[in-house]
Amino acid sequence: MGLMESIRNTRWLSALFGLLIAAAPSSGEDAGIFDEYRAMFGDDNPAIFVIDEGEEYWLEPQGPKNTSLEDCDLGLGPGVVEGAYARLPRYFADVDKVMDVEARLIFCMGELQGRPSAEIEGYPYSMRGDLGTEIEALVAWLADQSSGMPIAPGQEHVKEREFFTLGEQLFYYRAGPHDFSCATCHGQQDKRIRLQSLPDLTSHEGAAASYSAWPAYRISEGIVRTMGWRMRDCFRQQRFPLLGVGSDVTVALQTYLAVTAAGAPMMAPGLKR
Amino acid sequence: MAGKIRIRAQLDGDTCEVKALMRHPMETGLRKNQAGDAIPAHYIEEVTVTHNDQVVMHSYWGAAVSANPFLGVRFAGGQAGDTVKVMWRDNTGATDEGETTIR
Amino acid sequence: MKKRVAHLLMLASLAGTGLTQADSLPEALGSSFEAINHVDMGRLQRDPLQEFCSKPRGQAGDSAMESALRDEAMASVVFPEGDDFIGDWARGAEVANNGRGLQYSDDPEAPNGGNCYACHQLDPTEVAYGNLGPSLMGYGARGQSEVMLRYTWTKLWNTHAYNVCSHMPRFGALGILTEQQLKDLMAYLFDPDSPVNQSIE
Repeated sequence: MGLMESIRNTRWLSALFGLLIAAAPSSGEDAGIFDEYRAMFGDDNPAIFVIDEGEEYWLEPQGPKNTSLEDCDLGLGPGVVEGAYARLPRYFADVDKVMDVEARLIFCMGELQGRPSAEIEGYPYSMRGDLGTEIEALVAWLADQSSGMPIAPGQEHVKEREFFTLGEQLFYYRAGPHDFSCATCHGQQDKRIRLQSLPDLTSHEGAAASYSAWPAYRISEGIVRTMGWRMRDCFRQQRFPLLGVGSDVTVALQTYLAVTAAGAPMMAPGLKR
Repeated sequence: MAGKIRIRAQLDGDTCEVKALMRHPMETGLRKNQAGDAIPAHYIEEVTVTHNDQVVMHSYWGAAVSANPFLGVRFAGGQAGDTVKVMWRDNTGATDEGETTIR
Repeated sequence: MKKRVAHLLMLASLAGTGLTQADSLPEALGSSFEAINHVDMGRLQRDPLQEFCSKPRGQAGDSAMESALRDEAMASVVFPEGDDFIGDWARGAEVANNGRGLQYSDDPEAPNGGNCYACHQLDPTEVAYGNLGPSLMGYGARGQSEVMLRYTWTKLWNTHAYNVCSHMPRFGALGILTEQQLKDLMAYLFDPDSPVNQSIE
C-alpha cells in the first residue's frame, strides 16, 4: 500500500485552520497577533468558493419571471459588474434613492426577477449554522470584481452629499440604555474592546482598512459576512432595535465610511477572526 | 447526490495545490443548546485526498477543527486534466465527497 | 428625567427599501429599524444628555447646557441606605465579566452584566481586557475613604456627574445594574481580597 509514500510526498500548506485558531496565543499585549495569524493563511481565503457561488447566483434564472440578474444596473450600466462595488453607495435615478450594494441587489431581484423584496429582506444574512445566503454570495462576488480598485462612492448628486451628512450624524448618535454610538468604540485610535482591535473610523486610515476589507470571510463562523451585516450586528451590541438590510441608516453610514475611506483600494473579500 | 465539498486544484510548477471547503457543523459535544442540553458531538474524523484514485493525503481529524473546515494541500506529480477528489467521514458514519479536475 | 417614550418613531413598518427616502435623521431612524424581541423603537429616542453628547467630534457644546447636565447627573445619584457600599467581590467579579443584557439577542429574564472588562483592566491575571477606559487594576490602593467610596459609586451610577459625555454607560441611573450588583462591583474594586487588588510577581 503506497499510503505512507503518498503521505510523505504530501506537503501541508496550512492544513487545519481550526487547530490554528485553538493554538493562537491570547496575549493582550500583542495587538499584531491576529495579523500574524492571518499571514499564516497566505493567499488562502475560503471566500474564493463563496465568490464562485455568487457568480452562479448572478447567472441563475430565478423568480416568477425566471430571469437572471445579468441585466442588473449597479451604477455603471446594466450588467457591468467590474468596478461597480467600489463606486457604491451611489444615487440611482430610476428609484430616486441612494443605495448600497444590498439595497440595489434586492431592487434588481424585484424588478428583473419579480421576487418579493420582503422575502429577501426577512433573511438577508446567515444565522448560526447556516452555510451562507444568496445576498452574501452575490456581495462577495461583486466585491471581488472591484478588487484593487479605489473606493470612490458617488458624491456628485445632492442626495449623495446629504447621505454623507446623515451618516456622520448617525455615527455620533448616542441612544439606548447604554448610551452607545458608533463613535463610542470607533472614534479613537489604538483602542480595543476585550482583545479585539477597534478601527478609528473617523480617520481615513481606519475607515480605509475597515471598509476595504468587507465583505469578509469570518473564520469563527465559516461564512462570508457583509458590511450590511457588520452594521446590523454593531447596532445589536449598541442595544438598538433590528437594522433593516439596505435601509437608509445602513446606506448613510456606509456612505460616510466610504467617503472617509475614498481613494484606498478595495481588498475584499477580506479575512476576519 | 452531488457532494457539498467545494474544491479547486491548480498546478504550480510540478506541484498541484488543492484547496477545499467542507460544509460541516463540527460540534465538539461540549456545547449546550439554549435549553441547557448538551449538543451531541458531530465532527469529521477522517479526510482523504486522491489524485486519479491514488491516495495523496489521508488524515484523522478531531473535534478541535472549526466548523466548515478549509483544507489546503500540495502534492507532486499532477497533470492538467487529472482528477482530484476530497472525501470525509464523520463520527456518525456520514460521508461526503467532491471532485474537480486540475487546472 | 425619565424618558424613552415609545410613541414617536412609529414608521417602523417602512423598514428596509421603502418607497421614499429619508431626508431627516428621525425619519431615517424610523424607517430603518424595527422592534424585535424585547427591544422596542423607544430605544432610539434620546434624552437631553444623549442628544448633547451626539455632536460630531470637534463641535463644542453649549457650556451652560453642559453644567446643567452635570448638575442633573449629580442630583440623579441614589446612594445606598446607611452608606452601605460594599457587597461581595466574588459576585462583583461575575458582574464585571458578564457582557450580556439588553441586546435583542439576550434573555430578558437573565441578570444584566456590567461588561467592565470589555473596556477596563481590573484583575491582573486577566489578559483579555479592553482599553477604551482607564486601567482600574489595584483600585483599592487609591484609598478607602468615604469620599472615595461616594465618588466611585457616583461614577458607576451616572458617570456624567464628573465627566459629561464620558463613554461609560449610566449603570445605576438607567437601571442597567441593580443596587446589589453595584455594591458587589464596589467590593470587587475596593475589597483587599478582591483579585483587582492582588499584585502579580
